[in-house]
Order: sequence, then structure tokens, then C-alpha cells
Amino acid sequence: MNNKVLMKGNEALAEAAIQAGCRYFFGYPITPQTELAAYMAKKMPKVNGVYLQAESEIAAANMVLGAAGTGVRAMTSSSSPGISLKSEAISYMAGCDIPALIVNVQRGGPGLGGIQPSQADYWQATKATGHGDFQILVFAPATVQEMIDLVGLAFDKGDEYRIPAMILADGMLGQMMEPVTIPEHTTQHLVEKSWACCGHQNKRKHNVLNSLFLTPSELEKLIIERYKRYDIIKEKEQRWEEYRLDDADIVLVAYGASARVSHTAVDIAREKGYKVGLLRPVTLWPYPTKAFTTLKETARAFISVEMSMGQMVDDVRLAVECKKPVHFVGRTGGKIPTPMEVVDKIVEVGGMD
Amino acid sequence: MEEKIVFSKPKALTDIPFHYCSGCTHGIIHRLVAEVIDELGCEGRTVGVSPVGCAVMNYDYFGCDMIEAAHGRAPAVATGIKRAKPENVVFTYQGDGDLAAIGTAETVHAATRGENITIIFVNNTIYGMTGGQMAPTSLPNQVTQTTPYGRDVNIAGYPVRICEMLSTLDGVALAQRTAVDCVKHVNETKKAIKKAFQNQIDKKGFSIVEVLSTCPTNWGMNPIQAVEWLQKNMIPYYPLGVYKDGVKGDRLKNE
Repeated sequence: MNNKVLMKGNEALAEAAIQAGCRYFFGYPITPQTELAAYMAKKMPKVNGVYLQAESEIAAANMVLGAAGTGVRAMTSSSSPGISLKSEAISYMAGCDIPALIVNVQRGGPGLGGIQPSQADYWQATKATGHGDFQILVFAPATVQEMIDLVGLAFDKGDEYRIPAMILADGMLGQMMEPVTIPEHTTQHLVEKSWACCGHQNKRKHNVLNSLFLTPSELEKLIIERYKRYDIIKEKEQRWEEYRLDDADIVLVAYGASARVSHTAVDIAREKGYKVGLLRPVTLWPYPTKAFTTLKETARAFISVEMSMGQMVDDVRLAVECKKPVHFVGRTGGKIPTPMEVVDKIVEVGGMD
Repeated sequence: MEEKIVFSKPKALTDIPFHYCSGCTHGIIHRLVAEVIDELGCEGRTVGVSPVGCAVMNYDYFGCDMIEAAHGRAPAVATGIKRAKPENVVFTYQGDGDLAAIGTAETVHAATRGENITIIFVNNTIYGMTGGQMAPTSLPNQVTQTTPYGRDVNIAGYPVRICEMLSTLDGVALAQRTAVDCVKHVNETKKAIKKAFQNQIDKKGFSIVEVLSTCPTNWGMNPIQAVEWLQKNMIPYYPLGVYKDGVKGDRLKNE
């Protein structure tokens, strides 16, 4: 399957998961991710996999916990309101160190919000995907091809670090079609899961996957151990992409669909003579702070471009250690910023016109 | 003189002492589950799912692999395990708040899907772990911490009869209510639990055994009074018996 095919983002995510060895999908319908579930319903029976439509997002995510707890690659997908419901199981998976994949094809919020593209779940994904001290890996694709590539990576890294992973997409990426190459069997390495609960076969002591620790010192110790693992992830797994940053004194920071808009805005502003470039985080947790090491010294200002009210601005401020001003331009509620809206902000910050 | 062992702990229980209160019947039910696992010789391929409630720490007590679920989600977790590993024997062990309140949707839908799992449902009409609040199965007029004047059905509604409700669903193979108030009933409970596990091995469908149990601590009684209270008040409201016994979907075949 190394030829180019035209695929919708949601379907590409699904096919990539199958190619990554995922055979267990538990879902619940919600716009705008439904094509992912529909694709799984069609494909899973053909590859001896399981597609199961649960009674709720809560149940679907807990089914993922059970399946992934046996050591297999399992996943669920949803959109913003559904992720709120899945956050219960995500917290439990984090507390039990169970790796699994959660896809969020974001729509507008809060509440029922809307069904148009949004990036308003940034805080939820990166700061609080549930209760308690924990993080999950968060990958933010900007093209359909990258949706495919990051699904395989998310499974691999989740397994490697025993941590749930999320693909944070949005309704635009989910619904758009692009030519893609689907690599077959992207599974890079299947790690041994000696912790899995799949029957001890009278060969070992029983495994227990549990997040309850009533002795505070025991719970604290476990969390501190987990955070040491997070430190390794922060050190080794930051990913980002740079565009025309070499001489940039204004840096746009944008991920996902906003990065596509920003990419165009950079080209337009360059033609107008602005030294502007784009820094596109690919991992949102860990946040690619290393990408800012030089930029925070050389650039004059940063502009966070988002489809939210500016949820990423604080992370950019932290990454630049408040050495330079961090501005914001964006739309929310299902609106997508136009390249010209971004250019206007560049002009305002650049102060040339 | 040579010593002869006439009674011992089931192999499927670990050596960790139970934390349960005096007179609580969780211990009996744990033992029955373990005896059944021993008799079926399936410990090595069994995965249990622990609830939230008094039995929350039973992952320490059962010798098989165990996964701790969020409150009410055990049937969903068990579904995930069983779908991923059909060769495993998968059971949940849940209390009334867990199974019949917060987990009602997970219970009903695992049942109607005919998930090939086994559920041990311990009904003691009260939230024990949190200190004695009204449960979905608390009886009319029952005094609890949150129904201090007795459960007024006009305010708090009526108790849920789980076996009766689930027996209407085509995915169910076995729905049986038993009790552990006397030797006869304990023996019946063990037979029911064994059938519920055997059904799974035979791929018959969803099997649930509801066990009427006591909570002397939160009922404010001594263990003997608690057993008498169960007999006098619970059994009339929750009649013991087999509500469904067959194979999932069998009613459809007969239509």
C-alpha cells in the first residue's frame, strides 16, 4: 500500500491504527469523528479485530482500559464532549500505567458547543485529562499524512513509557481529504508487557493493575516514580517542525489546523518584508520547549495562533521564559482564523506598516 | 499420629488477611468464588475485576490476575478484557452501589450484549465503604445515613430488583438470586457461582449471581441480628431463585 491514496483524516487515523497493530476499537458516535468509528466497523472484522459500539463514551474508554490491560493495542476515539466523559478512564489508565490510544477530533465547546473545528481542548489534553497528578502523551498532526504517522508513533511511545497517548486533531483535519501514503505494519517494536493481566497460567505471581493506594507515602512514591518517567519523556520526546525561522524576528507558534493557516500567513508576510517564521509543536505534551532555546534570544516577539481563546499562550510564555512578548491571534467557537487575520497580527506586532 | 488436612484455604485466595468487618459476609462469598475457581482449575487463565466499595481491595485477595475498575465500570472493563482475550475467564465482583446505581448502564448493556462474562453481585442494601448511605437496593423505610427517617419511596424512589430486570434481556444466560444467611443458602450460592463460571467456559452468555449479604456495621446490628434482618426483610423483597437459566438468545429461537 505504498501508493498514494486520497483519504479523509478520520479514516486515515483508523487505517493507521490497524497498520500499527491495533485490533481493538471501542467507540461511541459523535460528530466530527464518526467516520473513524465507521471505518473501524467496516475494517476490523476483516482483520480479525474487534469493533464494539459501547453504550457511552464512559463505557468505551473503560473497555479500552480492560483490553489494553491485557497487553493488546487498543483505542477509542471521540470529540470534545466525549473526551470529557472518557477522562475518567484516562485518569485510571494513567494511574495503572496502561498504554492506550485516545483520539480527540476537537469541536467547539464548552458544553455541547458546536460541531465545527476547534482547538479549545488544549488545556484538557495537556493539563487535565482527568483528576490527579498525571500527564499523557499528546500528538498534534497538521496534515492527513501526519495523522497516519503519529498514530503509529503514539502506540509505540505509549507502550515504551507505559502511558496513555492522545492524538489531538480537530474537525478540519478529521473531515479533510489529502493524498497520503499508508505504510504497512508501522509497528516499530512491540515491547514485552510483563505487567499485563491476561492470566498468570500458574507460571508467575498474579498481576494487579490498580490505582488505589490508601497509604499516602506509597501513593506519593509511585507518583514521584511516574514523574521521573515524565522527565525522561520531556527530555527525549519533544517534537516540532520549523518553517522559515532562520532569520525570523517574529515567530508564529501554532499546531494542527492553525499551523496550516500560519504557514500561509508566513509566506504572505515574508512577501511584505516581515521576517517571520513558524514554529509548529508536534508534541503538545511534552511541550517542545527545546525549540525555543535559541529563538527566545534571537526573536523579537512570539504570536500564538490558535482556534481557542489562547490556551497555548501560557506554554509559549513559559518556553520563552517571558524574555519576549507573547501575543495571541485566533478564533474560537468553530471559526478558523484566515491567513490575513494572522498577517494583520504580524503587521501589528512587527510595526512596519 | 499422622495429621490429615480436612479443611484449608482455597488455592485461588492469597495469604493476605481480609479487611472486612466482623460478621460481614463478603468473606464467605470470596471463598465461594475461590473454591469454584479451584474446582474448575481455571485460576491461571482467570482475570478478575475489582469494584469500588467494600470489596475494592479484593485484587489483593484473589490469586488470579486482577484489574481495579472505576466505580461502576467493572462490566465495561470486563468486556474489554474478554473481547481482547476470549480464552480468559473474566469475572467482576461488585456491590449494589457499584452495579445498580453508578454502573447501571454498564451492567445492563454488558447483559444485553450477551457479554460472555460472570458477575458476582453482592447486595447488602447499603453503601458500606463510605459509612452506610442509601443504596439503590435499600428497602422502603430502611434507615441509612442519608435516609435518617427511613427510605421514603415518594422522595427516594423504590429499590432496584436487578435479577428480575436483567432476566428480560436476551443476552443473559443466567440470572439467579441467592443468599449467604444459612448453610443451605451458602451451598446454593456456590452452585450458582459455579454455574455462572461454567456458563462462561461453555460460551452461554452473560451470567449474574446476586448474593444477598449482610452489613452488620452499617445496619447497626450484631452479626446474628443482621442475618435475621436479611431473612425477615430482604428475602421477601428480593425473592431467592433462578430468574433466567439458559443460553443467550434462546427466547428468540423459541419464538
